[in-house]
Amino acid sequence: MKSETVPLKQTQRTTKLRKHSKISWDHFFSITTLAPSIILLGVFVYGFIFWTGYVSLTNWNSFIPDFSFAGLKNYFLVFETFRFQSDLRNIVVFTILFIISCIVIGLFLAILIDQKVKAESLFRSIFIFPMAVSFVVTGVIWSWILNPETGVNLVLKAMGWKHLPSWFLSTTIVPNITVGQIQIGIPLALLAVLIAAVWQMSGFAMAVYLAGLRGISDDIKEAARIDGAGSWRIFWSIILPQLRATTTTVIIILTAASLKVFGLIYAMTGPGQEFVTDMPSMNMFQTTFQGNQFAQGAAISVVLLLIMAAFIVPYLISTLKQGEDE
Amino acid sequence: MELRLVLRRINRTLLYLLLVVLALLYLVPIYVVVITSLKDNAAISLSHMWSLPVHPSFASIQSAWNQLGPNFGNSIELAIPATIISSLIGSLNGYALSKWKFRGSNVVFFIILFGMFIPYQSVLIPLLRVLDSIGLYNTIAGLILVHSIYGIPITTLIFKNFYSAIPMEIIESGKIDGVGYWGIFRHIILPLSIPGFVVTGIWQFTQVWNNFLFAVSLTNPPNQPVTVALVNIAGSQTVQWNVQMASALLASLPTLIVYIFLGKYFVRGLLAGSVKG
Repeated sequence: MKSETVPLKQTQRTTKLRKHSKISWDHFFSITTLAPSIILLGVFVYGFIFWTGYVSLTNWNSFIPDFSFAGLKNYFLVFETFRFQSDLRNIVVFTILFIISCIVIGLFLAILIDQKVKAESLFRSIFIFPMAVSFVVTGVIWSWILNPETGVNLVLKAMGWKHLPSWFLSTTIVPNITVGQIQIGIPLALLAVLIAAVWQMSGFAMAVYLAGLRGISDDIKEAARIDGAGSWRIFWSIILPQLRATTTTVIIILTAASLKVFGLIYAMTGPGQEFVTDMPSMNMFQTTFQGNQFAQGAAISVVLLLIMAAFIVPYLISTLKQGEDE
Repeated sequence: MELRLVLRRINRTLLYLLLVVLALLYLVPIYVVVITSLKDNAAISLSHMWSLPVHPSFASIQSAWNQLGPNFGNSIELAIPATIISSLIGSLNGYALSKWKFRGSNVVFFIILFGMFIPYQSVLIPLLRVLDSIGLYNTIAGLILVHSIYGIPITTLIFKNFYSAIPMEIIESGKIDGVGYWGIFRHIILPLSIPGFVVTGIWQFTQVWNNFLFAVSLTNPPNQPVTVALVNIAGSQTVQWNVQMASALLASLPTLIVYIFLGKYFVRGLLAGSVKG
């Protein structure tokens, strides 16, 4: 493969030169091919985001549309609510725990599988298959497994546990520091959601890490071994640093998934008592479509979008730039 | 020397033990779903959740199918056209973006790609109003349109990465032979695209089938896809756990079957989602 890349680059360069020398019908076709997609996404992504942003600045908070200008009123209203403050706590806590768990478990699984094991593809398939089922299926199944009256608690009871966890029905927040209206800490109910989400998505981290591990050349590892480095030292000083770009990718994709989490919450717990498992996505949905507070719902979705964009835009720009340089 | 061999043997045994235990843990939900689905209403009890069904029965699967069947049909009617349309568009876009780069084509790629990451809540209100005004709200056709459009970023990405691996020489030779943009696409690129279509097809089918947000926001009974029907069944106080689990099993069967037979391609789609591919 590698020997091919050099002439390939040269041909690309010559095409570029030719493009400047004369107007090519083919490049005109290239742009025409993309035009419908650009128009569709221009309307359905960018136009609609703009429209949502506009709605968030109006007084449309009943069933009848009202496009009179309200300024930032809806944003202030939303940020003042106990519910949205809880959402922000939940999404931060959930995203951090979700990413750490997926990375640790995913990397661990990838390393195990990378040891030239027999039946490798079987193990790989088992760890990845949850990705093929819907988040709502995951939610329904895990709400049965983590049902406090049965499931895992039966096992814990048999093992002699006295205080059985109430899983997603718990309203406890640890460590429970009061800040304004809400308690800051980890809502224990979110841990139940976390288990289900990690079950579903850790296989993704594993697959990406496995691809990353396979990309590290054996020569480097062998050279280190000859220099007398032990397995741990090779892992910490050679393998881990090589996986930095992989880890960035995993973090970004998992962050995007975590910020969007909706079906899982909807199917498993809903907003939860005292909003212990509520998320901005859930809040937006209920505020808009069940409460008919369209402008406030729009404001929530704009906040969610901005959080997402803060992660995604720098990542996309840097990866696309890298692709250009190569 | 002897000791090192023994240590190695122990290490390998531990490795396999660990892998088997972890694999079994990941399979617990499957075990629970299958055994619960095979119990009838009389056999379902909270205290015997983990035990195998004494008299396996298909009664709950039958009952789940009676409730879920029409929605299952809706999902098929939705997922297949949406998959085909978005894959075709993705293939055309990927060809243009990988083989006919022009000034600003990377910007175009960015503009397309960003649509993949947005939380769809941020387009939901206008989407609902537009679909309503063109008469597609609460229709499968409306959902097909929505999934075809929001599927464009990922299908474009997968095909761009896929076509980038095809050497430019092939394109050049096509040019020398006198075939232009569309000729090269039809006679050279398209015949090479089958694996690309398998990857995008599987990925899109899984995504559309599993989607819940668009389904629950844009359709009402009886036009709802299977994911919404499943949540309705699970949320109902009167439905027993065995029927809920049977519904979950039925709702995930198509994507699981695709995964079992074409898992390799599914993983490729999975990795392509991380942009560089």
